[in-house]
This record gives sequence, structure tokens and C-alpha cells, in this order.
Amino acid sequence: MKHTISVLVENEFGVLARVAGLFSGRGFNIESLSVAPTLDPSISRMTIVTSGDDRILEQINKQLNKLIDTIKVIDFTGEEFIERELCMIKVTAEDDTRAEVLRICDIFRGKVVDVTPKCYVIEVTGAPAKINAIIELLRPMGIKELVRSGPVALGRGPKGWRSND
Amino acid sequence: MKLTGSKILLECLQREGVDTVFGYPGGTVINIYDDLMDSPIKHILTRHEQAAVHAADGYARATGKVGVAIATSGPGATNTITGIATAYMDSIPLVVISGQVPTPLIGNDAFQEADIIGITRPITKHNFLVRDVKDLATIMKKAFYIARTGRPGPVVIDLPKDIQLATAKFEYPETVELRGYKPTYSGNVRMVEKAAAMILAAKKPVIYVGGGATLTDAHAELKQLAEMIQAPVTTTLMGMACFPKRHPLSLGMLGMHGTYYANMAVTNSDLLIALGARFDDRVTGKIATFAPHAKIIHVDIDPTSIKKNVRVDLPIVGDLRDVLTKLLKELGEHAEEVTKQGDRLKPWLEEIADWRRQQPMSYVPSKTEIKPQFVIEKLRELSSDDAIVTTEVGQHQMWAAQFFDFVQPRTFLSSGGLGTMGFGLPAALGAQAAFPKRQVIDISGDGSFQMNSQELATLVQYRLPVKIVILNNNFLGMVRQWQQLFFNKRYSQTCMELPIDFVKLAEAYGATGLRAGKPEEVEEVIRKAFATKGPVIMEFKISREENVLPMVPAGASLNEMVLAS
Ligand SMILES: Cc1cc2nc3c(=O)[nH]c(=O)nc-3n(C[C@H](O)[C@H](O)[C@H](O)COP(=O)(O)OP(=O)(O)OC[C@H]3O[C@@H](n4cnc5c(N)ncnc54)[C@H](O)[C@@H]3O)c2cc1C
Ligand SMILES: Cc1ncc(C[n+]2csc(CCOP(=O)(O)OP(=O)(O)O)c2C)c(N)n1
Ligand SMILES: [Mg+2]
Repeated sequence: MKHTISVLVENEFGVLARVAGLFSGRGFNIESLSVAPTLDPSISRMTIVTSGDDRILEQINKQLNKLIDTIKVIDFTGEEFIERELCMIKVTAEDDTRAEVLRICDIFRGKVVDVTPKCYVIEVTGAPAKINAIIELLRPMGIKELVRSGPVALGRGPKGWRSND
Repeated sequence: MKLTGSKILLECLQREGVDTVFGYPGGTVINIYDDLMDSPIKHILTRHEQAAVHAADGYARATGKVGVAIATSGPGATNTITGIATAYMDSIPLVVISGQVPTPLIGNDAFQEADIIGITRPITKHNFLVRDVKDLATIMKKAFYIARTGRPGPVVIDLPKDIQLATAKFEYPETVELRGYKPTYSGNVRMVEKAAAMILAAKKPVIYVGGGATLTDAHAELKQLAEMIQAPVTTTLMGMACFPKRHPLSLGMLGMHGTYYANMAVTNSDLLIALGARFDDRVTGKIATFAPHAKIIHVDIDPTSIKKNVRVDLPIVGDLRDVLTKLLKELGEHAEEVTKQGDRLKPWLEEIADWRRQQPMSYVPSKTEIKPQFVIEKLRELSSDDAIVTTEVGQHQMWAAQFFDFVQPRTFLSSGGLGTMGFGLPAALGAQAAFPKRQVIDISGDGSFQMNSQELATLVQYRLPVKIVILNNNFLGMVRQWQQLFFNKRYSQTCMELPIDFVKLAEAYGATGLRAGKPEEVEEVIRKAFATKGPVIMEFKISREENVLPMVPAGASLNEMVLAS
């Protein structure tokens, strides 16, 4: 089963390597990982999508917590949360498909961020399932290249997490 | 007051109460070595950086303090890897300081550059690259704090040469603040109450003690608990000396080479009380059949140890000594039930006594050949209670664990988790440096001894009177045993074709060498060695194809042991 975990870590040299090394060294899966600083620049937030049974998930959580640089681990399993991913798709758009590509883009509330006579770059955000869906629809048009950011996640409701809490 | 980085480093070591460090100089630590000449800290020059780390490790295991080692960049630092990994696997507190090329050169494949932070990341509790001399004191403080607290472990500090030369105002921080690191010491009282209730309801409890008891010095509380509830106690290799083997409730070691009765007791128990032990595969055998009837209470300071390998019915995260103190108090409030419990457990202890009568820890004595077990028994008989024993890895290590009756904690220093051949001699060196007056004995095999035999020079130079026992079978015996039992006696590359004259080797270094070839010479050699002032090698030509028994074959259940007779 897939799990989304947020890890708040010291924004320090080598932290990403520690987390990545933990996953590879212990044979845990990483489906995606995204990382950037938070409001507090001394803290980075990682969003990791992983999979495994309950026992493995428990170990992943505990092992992440065990890293000295880990400040907090938020496991969204069983919680209400929002998950969003950014995707940029370079898709062929020639005479006969140009309109159709635009229509699909519109339906998914995507944006065309680069235009050339023979192709568009489309930017779309959404839950990973939505991104999968637009990719499937655009695939027959001819996708030249695409990049996904991997999801980032935030819990729903008023409760937040800040470093001084 | 402004100081150079290298002076700050030494000041910090002093503030941490470090009296002895082990190391080896080189280009990127030459400034530190220069300043060492003016420092009261004693430096012991080993003959290999791996040995420096093992020595610091032995020092730490024997004293409970943080061991410190220093190595130069590149090859010096990479030589420390096995030492660091050994300490990591056994949760030993170390601070290892490596020199590094100057910061502007890092990443340029500079002379003697190695990415030691990258290399040691998975084998340290934490590591630091110092990038500004202003951070050095704080990093030192953090390093010692991290190494010694919670579940202890090695910490590496990589110190570039330019940082050693740069200056900063020296101020040693009084406290450390690590927002991501707050080990849980205090065990949850509700959980402890539950544990007490489970203990009072049990009919066949077994206390299973691990290295955590050694690390937090919980032997007194442990003894109190066992005697209070009259439950039998088995230890892992790492918990070995925490509970005296001659105690009537002692079952000795469990696991692959544990006693028959310890393994039978665990297999038949209805409550397993795991105290600072991590359910290693050498202990559990086949997981599916491990303690199949038992509820499991697991006390450990590291949450990752809990439910890693086995299901746990009652987890208690906390320092073992704290938890045991609370548990004793809680049980003390149920004095009457505790007494009744003691009576109720009598049939259980009787059942265990039966197993012990059926298969005691034994070996077949010989009048013509030296039996390794006999040497170990004699060593125990002729050494003092507080003698510190280190081992290498192999059959001799297991015989030491099985036949040496340890009575005091921190007197058995062995590489359990990594199983590092070559650990014992430098570890003995470190322990002897910490306790110059105590007997320190390295129980070694002919193979392992040759992995760090150069440390004889260090022993002689610093007058460290370690007594080395080589149980010489001219085999990589432990591997040979597996080949005999599971590979149809095909002894591939385990026979040491070249016999070494260990007596001459000792003499070459200026140590004393003694040899016994017959059983009747054993006692005399040991007596002579113990009466000799300096380091001594005692070589015992043992029965070559002796096996370590009993044994749980790899992947088998604990109650499927290959027995001695
Ligand atoms: C050739 C060979 C054969 C071996 N055969 C056997 C064998 O037959 N039987 C055997 O037992 N071992 C054997 N070993 C050793 C084995 O590999 C493991 O090293 C050993 O079993 C681990 O011991 P442990 O569970 O006590 O864990 P340790 O590695 O000592 O771990 C200590 C545990 O205590 C916890 N802890 C630390 N501090 C505290 C604290 N303050 N409070 C609470 N908990 C704390 C830690 O988090 C950790 O979980 C063998 C090794 C070799 C090389
Ligand atoms: C550094 C290292 N290399 C290899 C091994 C694998 N190994 C385990 S025991 C052993 C044999 C040890 O031989 P010796 O020291 O003579 O001890 P004996 O078993 O004969 O008592 C070997 C090779 C190891 N544990 N450590
Ligand atoms: Mg041998």
C-alpha cells in the first residue's frame, strides 16, 4: 500500500543523503521524494511517497525519527490530507491535434506555458491520479518529454505544524 | 581568548573528561599532533588506524565512557571504517576525529581526500563535517552528547586542515540543544504496571537480557528483579557479564551457541521479558517458531529495536535502569502476590533443571589433547573476578562465551553484531590503558590474531601487560566447522597451511611467548603468563577439529539443536 510521509529536517548539509541512504540501505521503497525549505529557513520539508506493509511502515517511521536531523515525521496514513503534484508535459501539437490538446488541457485546468508551431508545454497540478489521467489522454498525441515533481502533502483542517510549537 | 581549531579540539576533549586517545598521525592532522605535545591528554600510537578505533572501543566498553580515536584523511580515515562499523553494531559510544583536506580542496580529488562523511553515514549514529572553526566547540559538545546518550553509538567528526589552523574565540557550550534528538529515558508508568501484571500472571517466564543492560549498567536492578520474581535469566553474547553465570537462576547464553536449557526455556516459556536486547537472528533462530507460546515484553531505549524482528505484546520505550527501578517498585507493592508467584514458578524451574541435567554445558575431556574448553575453564580459575576478557571472532569466542563464568559487568568485550576478527587484541589494549592494574586477557584464534597482530608493538611500547591466549587449531575454525557440518567436510581455504611460531613472534616484538602442547602444560603456562609483568602470548595447540556445540543450524528453530553428546 502507498503511504505519504512528510519529514521535517534540519536544513543542513547532507540531510538528503541521510534520508535517501536510510531508504536504500534498509531496502525501503521510495516512489517519490520532494524537498524544499519551509517558512523557517533552518528547516526543510520532505514529502516521501513509499510503500510497504504495516511492519515496514512502522520501521520507516521509527528509522526516520531516529535520524538526529529529523525534527518531525508526519505520517498521513489514515488522516485527511491534500496531495498535489506539478507536472510539465511537452506534447506534440500539430494542425490536426492542436485543438484537442488545448481542450484536454482546459478540462484539467492546465496552462500552456510554452508554445511553438509543433508543440506545447503544458503545466498541470493536481493529485497524482489527476496527473496520471491527463498523461493518459495526451499520450496518443505524442508526449515528447515530461517531468513530475512528485507529490507534496499537507494535512486538512486548522491544525498546523511550526518549529516552535 | 582566540584559539586555533586544533587547540579548540584538544580543549574540548579535556572538557569532556577525555584522558586517553588512540590514533595515528598524518598530513591533515599534523597540527593536532603538534598541539598534543603540550596537552595533558595521553595519546597512544597504535600501529593501524583500525586498531586505534577498536582500542577506543575497548576503552569505552570497559569504562562506560566515550572512547576517542584520531586518524588522518584518506587512507587513515578509511582504515577506521571496520572499527566504526564494529562499534555501531554493538552501540558503543565513540568519537572518531578524522583529518580532512582543506575546505577549498574538498571535492577536487585532492591528495589523500576521501569522502569520509559519505562513507561513514550508514555506520555512525551521526557525523559532522566542520566547515567553520566557530562551530567546532558546539559540534564537539554535540558529538559527545550524541555518542553517549540514548542508544549509544559512534560519531565521526571530519575536520579539514584549514579549520584546524583558523582561529576563533573558544567557549565550550554548557548545554546542547538538538531539536531532533530527544531520547526517551523515562519508561511509561502505565506500561510498567501492565508489565508487572503480566509477570504476576506468568507461569513460565524467562528474562532475556541483552547489551542494553551492559550499556546502562543495570546489573544490580536485574539481579533484584530475577531474585524477586524467581525467574530464570538468559543473556545474549552482549548481555553476558550482566548476570553472574553461577547464579542459580542463570541459564547462560541463548541462541545459536547458547545452552540447551536456555533455548528450551525460551521455546517453552509463556512470558519473555526482553531487557535491552534486539532479537538478533543469531538469538531467535527461525522467527516463526521463536518463543511460540510466549507473550513478549520488550524494554528498549530505541523504538526501532521494538517490533523489528518479532511481534511484541507490551513495548516499553525507555532506559532499562529507569524501567527496572519502576518495575521493582511496582512489584514491591504486590509483595504477597510476588511471594506466591515465587512458589508458583517452582515447577517451571524444576522443568528447566531437568533440561539442564539432560544436557549440561559440557565437552569431552582429553588426557592427550588440549581441549579449548579446558583452557578457558583454567583461565577462569586462575584469573581474578575483575579480569577483563576480550575476544576475537570464531570458535574461541564462542568457547569463551560458553565456558568462562563471568561475574562482573563490563568484563566481557566481544564484537557481537559485526563479528570482527581482529577486534580482541586492540580492544584489550584499550581496556588495559583504562585499567592498567587489572588483568586483561585477549582470547584469540590463530586466524584472528593475525588480523591485528601488529598491535603487539603498541602493547610493548606502552607497557600494557595484556595476556593473549591463542587457541591455535591452525584453522579458520568456525568456518571449518560449518564446512564439516554443512559442506561435506570440504575444507575450502580454511586450513592455515603455514604454521606460525607465535612464541617467536612475541619475542620479535619484545613480548614474552609461551607455548603448551599437552594438557598438563596448560596450567603452568597460564600461571607463568599471569606472573609475567609485560604482555605475553600463550599459545595452546588445541585439538584441531573440536566443534562449538551445542549449535542451532542457521535457519533452524531454537529447540532443534545439534547437541554435544
Ligand atoms: C560467531 C558469532 C556467534 C554468535 N552467536 C551468538 C549466540 O549464540 N547467542 C547470542 O546471544 N549472540 C550471538 N552472537 C552475537 C549476535 O550476533 C548479536 O551481536 C547479539 O545477539 C546481540 O545482542 P543484544 O540483543 O544484546 O543486542 P545489542 O547489540 O547489545 O543491542 C543492545 C540493545 O539494547 C538497547 N539499549 C541500549 N541502551 C539501552 C538502555 N539504556 N536501556 C534500554 N535499552 C538499551 C539498544 O537499543 C539495543 O536494542 C554471535 C556473534 C558471533 C560473531
Ligand atoms: C574480518 C573478518 N573476516 C572474516 C570473517 C569470517 N569468519 C568468522 S570466524 C572465522 C574464522 C576465525 O578463525 P580463528 O581466528 O582462527 O578462530 P577459530 O574459529 O579457529 O577459533 C572467519 C574467517 C570475520 N568474522 N571477520
Ligand atoms: Mg583458528
